[in-house]
Amino acid sequence: MYTETTHDDAHGAHEAHDDHGPAKGIMRWVTTTNHKDIGTLYLWLAFIMLLYGGSMAMVIRLELFQPGLQFVEPQFFNQMTTMHGLVMVFGAIMPAFVGLANWLVPMMIGAPDMALPRLNNWSFWILPFAFTILASTMFMEGGAPAFGWTFYAPLSTTFAPNSTDFFIFAVHLMGISSVMGSINIIATILNMRAPGMTLMKMPLFVWTWLITAYLLIAVMPVLAGAVTMMLTDRHFGTSFFDAAGGGDPVMFQHVFWFFGHPEVYIMILPAFGIISAIVPTFARKPLFGYSSMVYATASIAILSFMVWAHHMFTTGMPVAGELYFMYATVLISVPTGVKVFNWVATMWKGSMTFETPMLFALGFIIMFTIGGFSGLMLGVAPVDTQYQDTYFVVAHFHYVLVTGALYSIIAAFYYWAPKWTGHMYDEKLGKIHFWWSTIAVNVLFFPQHFLGLSGMPRRIPDYALQFAEFNKISSIGGFAFGLAQIFFLYIVIKTIRGGKKATDRVWEGATGLEFEQLPSPPPYHSFTQAPPIK
Amino acid sequence: MRLKKLSRSGALLPVGLVSLLATSVAQADYNLNMTRGVTPISQELYGLHMLVFWICVAIGVVVFGAMAWSIIHHRKSRGAQAANFHESTTVEILWTIVPLVILIAIAIPATATLLDLEDAKTDADLTLEVTGIQWKWKYNYVGEDVSFISSLAQSSRDAVKDPTGDEHYLREVDRPVVLPINKKIRFLFHSQDVIHAWWVPDLAIKQDAIPGYINDSWALMEEPGTYRGQCAELCGKDHGFMPIVVEAVTQPEYEKWLSDQKAAAAAAAASAEQEWSMKDLLAKGETVYQANCAACHQASGAGIPGAFPALTGSPVATGPKAEHINTVLNGRAGTAMAAFKAQLDDVDLAAVITYERNALGNSVGDTVQPSDIKNAR
Repeated sequence: MYTETTHDDAHGAHEAHDDHGPAKGIMRWVTTTNHKDIGTLYLWLAFIMLLYGGSMAMVIRLELFQPGLQFVEPQFFNQMTTMHGLVMVFGAIMPAFVGLANWLVPMMIGAPDMALPRLNNWSFWILPFAFTILASTMFMEGGAPAFGWTFYAPLSTTFAPNSTDFFIFAVHLMGISSVMGSINIIATILNMRAPGMTLMKMPLFVWTWLITAYLLIAVMPVLAGAVTMMLTDRHFGTSFFDAAGGGDPVMFQHVFWFFGHPEVYIMILPAFGIISAIVPTFARKPLFGYSSMVYATASIAILSFMVWAHHMFTTGMPVAGELYFMYATVLISVPTGVKVFNWVATMWKGSMTFETPMLFALGFIIMFTIGGFSGLMLGVAPVDTQYQDTYFVVAHFHYVLVTGALYSIIAAFYYWAPKWTGHMYDEKLGKIHFWWSTIAVNVLFFPQHFLGLSGMPRRIPDYALQFAEFNKISSIGGFAFGLAQIFFLYIVIKTIRGGKKATDRVWEGATGLEFEQLPSPPPYHSFTQAPPIK
Repeated sequence: MRLKKLSRSGALLPVGLVSLLATSVAQADYNLNMTRGVTPISQELYGLHMLVFWICVAIGVVVFGAMAWSIIHHRKSRGAQAANFHESTTVEILWTIVPLVILIAIAIPATATLLDLEDAKTDADLTLEVTGIQWKWKYNYVGEDVSFISSLAQSSRDAVKDPTGDEHYLREVDRPVVLPINKKIRFLFHSQDVIHAWWVPDLAIKQDAIPGYINDSWALMEEPGTYRGQCAELCGKDHGFMPIVVEAVTQPEYEKWLSDQKAAAAAAAASAEQEWSMKDLLAKGETVYQANCAACHQASGAGIPGAFPALTGSPVATGPKAEHINTVLNGRAGTAMAAFKAQLDDVDLAAVITYERNALGNSVGDTVQPSDIKNAR
């Protein structure tokens, strides 16, 4: 814990001398070790990747607009679905959450910066190279990886294009970046808290990120192991996943999903933290059941390691295995339910207003819960055999990742951007962004439930005629949703460049050190002296 | 501080979504819902699916209802004063226990259904072996000496630019699987290359076909009819183009079909003993090539640079016959080139190799006879 009050006093003059603010020009961003600058870099990378991954989604929806092959070849279509998934998961959602952690964790716990600033710089600057390598595969002979973001062997080993090796290297780099970022976040939270900021006083965003960071450290090496085995299978004569050499293609799926399922929670736990900050502010009422929220987050994290094979109910697992994974999976809905109930109880008898962050938070709660319902259905093993690998699954994980994770990130922007920039965003534009996105996203993904139930598999470039209507509707929603995020880009830039001056408290009901103890915008080094904690 | 009134529609959002969920059921005839299917298991799955669905709807009504009530009544613009309660162990325990009870209520029928679903081994009347091959299915009627490959129908291939009017576009095959009704059929699945999944919703079977594994499943079809499905696991370029068609017929019709197949196989075997002319080989070879080779090497033989080599001018297709035959028969280890030994008969192999050597821009001039293949096996 951070107990250097006397130290701070002794260094007071020195620190004031240091606080000149950032260097000028491009080198500010290249050499920065400042948590706010690095947070900004992460968030911009995430936005660029969101638009890049989104443009591939537009290609997918364009091809699926009507039956028949009109615009792209099947192989290119598969490259699109693969790259879209990889870019959105590793390029958009994860870096956005790390960016938010960089900006917010030091301010929330009363620290001057992250614990390991140079490591912080390095963990960001790996990423642009990783994604450049990944994106470059599009221009290689044989094309980009086309085996889906889950890259099941042997399609990703024996039957994969040469560019797969670049994909493997890019995944390694992303993993290194994530692990370093997580070490930094854990070190910051455990060592840099202001005196009096006990663990059970930390904002839930800090709690959820602490737990997420442990998940990342636990599973990113597993992913690294999986891609390394792929690499040696491809080039060094091993047969980890090649049945002909005594290996086991199903083992790949076990290894992948042992990473992949905690990964799902890596992408949603920080979102829970964001929503738990926003709802109390706009209900003007403290978060209901703070400690049960912490315990629920921890339970979800622990359970997330024990349910991976629910992605594999059609691989021919033994019945006992299927039963176990079914029970463990549906059990996760208990702590997740507790979270939703707590949010509703926080609103109950509050004094609510509905500024843009609250709208996105409410949208999150409703649509994430819809994704949770389809998740519960998918967890029921016998029926899952019919949902597996259909558009029902596509609808499910887009409800939890787009209207879940992405909505929480957008909500976080509207909620904290006035603090970061000192400018209020344009409330009217924010509300338009919310309603536009929410209508579009439901037109986009809701019909995909019907498509999946009535028999349309995922990852196909063309489909039978009975799926034409809903695909057309879904595509129209997709284009509208894509356009709404360009509009969001405009709002972001407008907010950074100017706007009504934000007060220090920003929101009437806002609590937490960043709102109560820091001006808007905050100084370059947030807390040079540990703030008093109530 | 800006405090704006929430638009009226904001309060209606959760209500709208719930009713959207509800209408999805009301219009079940419109192919919105899961297929009921024609087997006892598919009916059971449908029932379980609807049970869990309605439980979700009920929970949704309670949770979203509470939210909507709160959003409408506990808003600042209505003068609501915030209460300050933020903890209640009783409530927390309650909303942990109640969902647990609901889950147990789901788990009990789910367990029973799963055990039925997995009971493929007992009392099967006949066994069908299904092999996934990029991008077609091979069916082998175990013990009957009937075996064939089923791939996407030519009508669907032709309609790919404009499928309007092709009723069963991408859901039609050249040779459907024929199976008897009211018999317990055991399916065995495996794969020759990558992972595929054999999915026919009406039979409630979706099972992965995995290289090195034999998975099983079963069906007992209660009604005659044509049941369509397709591959459900991404298996490469033409994953979207490997449909499944099952024709369920009565036992006598099935037996007649089986004997027809055997007669046709015998006729084919007889033709393999003959010497074939270049013209006949080329004509047959083109058909075999389009069905088995064109997906990768392309109809023109140009291949896809970086992924699949060209056959036009290739050293194998224009080199010695023996090497060409060997490549097609045994495939190339470590590449996507499959072994066609078990997939095609001697006549098909002889025809397609002759075609590759004397068409697609190649003109070696020699023929490969079925007897050459027989000797090379």
